[in-house]
Amino acid sequence: MSHAPLLKRLVVICVGMFAFAFALVPLYDVFCDVTGLNGKPSLEQAKQSTSVNEAREIDVSFTTHAQSGAPFEVQSHEYSVVVKPGAMREVLFRAKNTSNEDKVMQAVPSVSPGKAAKYLHKIACFCFDQQPLKAGEEVEFKLLFYVDTQLPEDVEELTLSYTVFDISRQIVASN
Amino acid sequence: MSSVTEQQHDQAAHHDGHHHPAKGFKRWLYTTNHKDIGSLYLIFSLTMFLIGGAMAMVIRAELFQPGLQLVEPHFFNQMTTVHGLIMVFGAVMPAFTGLANWMVPLMIGAPDMALPRMNNWSFWILPFAFIILLASLFMPGGGPAFGWTFYAPLSTTYSNDNTALFVFAVHIMGISSIMGAINVIVTIVNLRAPGMTWMKLPLFVWTWLITAFLLIAVMPVLAGAVTMVLTDKYFATSFFDAAGGGDPVMFQHIFWFFGHPEVYIMILPAFGIISTIVPTFSRKKLFGYASMVYATSSIALLSFIVWAHHMFTTGMPVAGELFFMYATMLISVPTGVKVFNWVATMWRGSISFEVPMLFSIAFIVLFTLGGFSGLMLAITPADFQYHDTYFVVAHFHYVLVTGAIFSIMAGAYYWLPKWTGNMFNITLAKWHFWLSLVSVNVLFFPMHFVGLAGMPRRIPDYALQFADFNAIISIGGFAFGLSQLLFVVVVFKCARGGDKVPAKVWDGAEGLEWEVASPAPYHTFETPPEIK
Ligand code: HEM
Ligand SMILES: [Cu+2]
Repeated sequence: MSHAPLLKRLVVICVGMFAFAFALVPLYDVFCDVTGLNGKPSLEQAKQSTSVNEAREIDVSFTTHAQSGAPFEVQSHEYSVVVKPGAMREVLFRAKNTSNEDKVMQAVPSVSPGKAAKYLHKIACFCFDQQPLKAGEEVEFKLLFYVDTQLPEDVEELTLSYTVFDISRQIVASN
Repeated sequence: MSSVTEQQHDQAAHHDGHHHPAKGFKRWLYTTNHKDIGSLYLIFSLTMFLIGGAMAMVIRAELFQPGLQLVEPHFFNQMTTVHGLIMVFGAVMPAFTGLANWMVPLMIGAPDMALPRMNNWSFWILPFAFIILLASLFMPGGGPAFGWTFYAPLSTTYSNDNTALFVFAVHIMGISSIMGAINVIVTIVNLRAPGMTWMKLPLFVWTWLITAFLLIAVMPVLAGAVTMVLTDKYFATSFFDAAGGGDPVMFQHIFWFFGHPEVYIMILPAFGIISTIVPTFSRKKLFGYASMVYATSSIALLSFIVWAHHMFTTGMPVAGELFFMYATMLISVPTGVKVFNWVATMWRGSISFEVPMLFSIAFIVLFTLGGFSGLMLAITPADFQYHDTYFVVAHFHYVLVTGAIFSIMAGAYYWLPKWTGNMFNITLAKWHFWLSLVSVNVLFFPMHFVGLAGMPRRIPDYALQFADFNAIISIGGFAFGLSQLLFVVVVFKCARGGDKVPAKVWDGAEGLEWEVASPAPYHTFETPPEIK
């Protein structure tokens, strides 16, 4: 009996499952995007808001912290703001490179509670891009956002947290 | 009986030279004979069991008293990591592959495995994987120290440069078990003796067939996970690095998508062994053969949708927690069916307590206990307390040591006379059983208590109130470790000689493997047997 046909099929399954492991990476992101799980907000520019709900008020707080060893100090001007769903709001952040070397910073946002993540829309954010900061340099960054009018009723306050990373090494490595 | 043996000898003598095993080391290096390769796998597995066991002794010696006394914390972490890797990939899995090599062709009436050359390769790359892994322990910086689960970022950002060796070792182990699994599937599908229909397959063959499918489905995913760790660490990708848009929690999803089916890879063949041995010594047919087949298949299918029960504390949304909780509990239904069937097989049987049966009964009781602690862990809110404590360690050692390992011991004692033609030393074997049974419980049972009380796993030191229990656990550990040397003695003596056994070693045994002479001749079933 020839084993080749069955053997071929089994090898195809193996190769397919190896590819599937890598397919899990985009699938995972798609899944989190669609369901808004994981508090993983979108890193793309959102559309403008079209309507405002004057009746609701949402408390939005900001926290930032530098991943261990990343030589950055990032701080929002206001600790928290009160917004109406649909209304645009601008918040300024001050960022400083505390080292004496030129660095590249990447901020990664996360929203809590996680289910509110897909209702926080960012029109402009310093987290959309890698931010080069010269040694000791201090700059102002802008965040422009609004909260979706569809935000579930039971969410009254949410927190936008930024973790900032030093990605200078990765950038050197990939060049 | 002797007539059967002579007949087989005659047959062998008529064939030409290449059918006889070559002499010396070359015989083993070039062999494509399923029995030789089976023996190689089993000897390799036993060696790894002893090496991994020695590491466990280091761990238990350090934990004998609170405080840091014998080894550096970093070395302790290497010991827990490599102990886990060796036991999973070096001891349990190769032992089952060895048993499959030996027994599957004999049980289905095939002359050999379907792809004998590949069989040779799949064994001989394995020692290299473990040489690489073990060698990394002696290099500057040491071996892997991030746990057998190699969570990112421990294995990426915070690991040392020898991580590449770990990755290659796992790649080789994966390729080896994939080749082994492919061979098993092709053999079972294509080489069954005429008349051996699916529902006549011995259960060991069934469970291995299903295991082999699990293997080819998830070992490639493991290979993918280690590859991503490799590129994250050395080639600036960011699969698991939030700075570059990745996510460390995703590592856990990918790992456990492999990891949970993997634990069933280590237990389904055990179910097959127990389902073979219990009827023999109960002198009854297996109760509920068909339900056993269906239960095994549904366990295998369900094992793909429960992985996140290892991740209850990662901050999943409630809907996810509930889904994985219920799905996990669902698995205990087919598992319960199996336990029920074993007990029903023994019910009103004329049971005798030969050594393989002793191990099988211990398996049934203690594996079930491990299943119960698994159920406790599956309760999401409870798991927030149990997670990463010694309770988890107790759980998986009950299912893996008194489960998988005990079934391997049972199988080894059951078929050893068939392999060697000699009966083993029964007194010594009974000593091995009773010492193992007592010490394994002294070793693992108290872990439930220290775990519930909050002692974290994978830490070289602990709070003072756990001191007494840990001393007891360590004593149990040393006793269990030493008892296994008895097993080595029994196997060694049995291979050298002993009372000769007939073809059908156990009077209640059924199956084609008992129709060939003992020891099983080098070539069997060159013409397929008749299946009634
Ligand atoms: C009814 C059956 C079972 C249930 C409900 C179950 C449930 C669980 C749960 C919920 C955990 C995660 C605990 C935690 O980390 O907090 C776990 C861990 C584990 N289980 Fe099971 N389990 C079952 C059977 C098995 C079997 C048959 C095996 C292997 C033969 C096994 C091996 C493991 C291992 C190795 C771990 C720990 C992995 C690690 O973190 O290193 N389990 N089990
Ligand atoms: Cu699991």
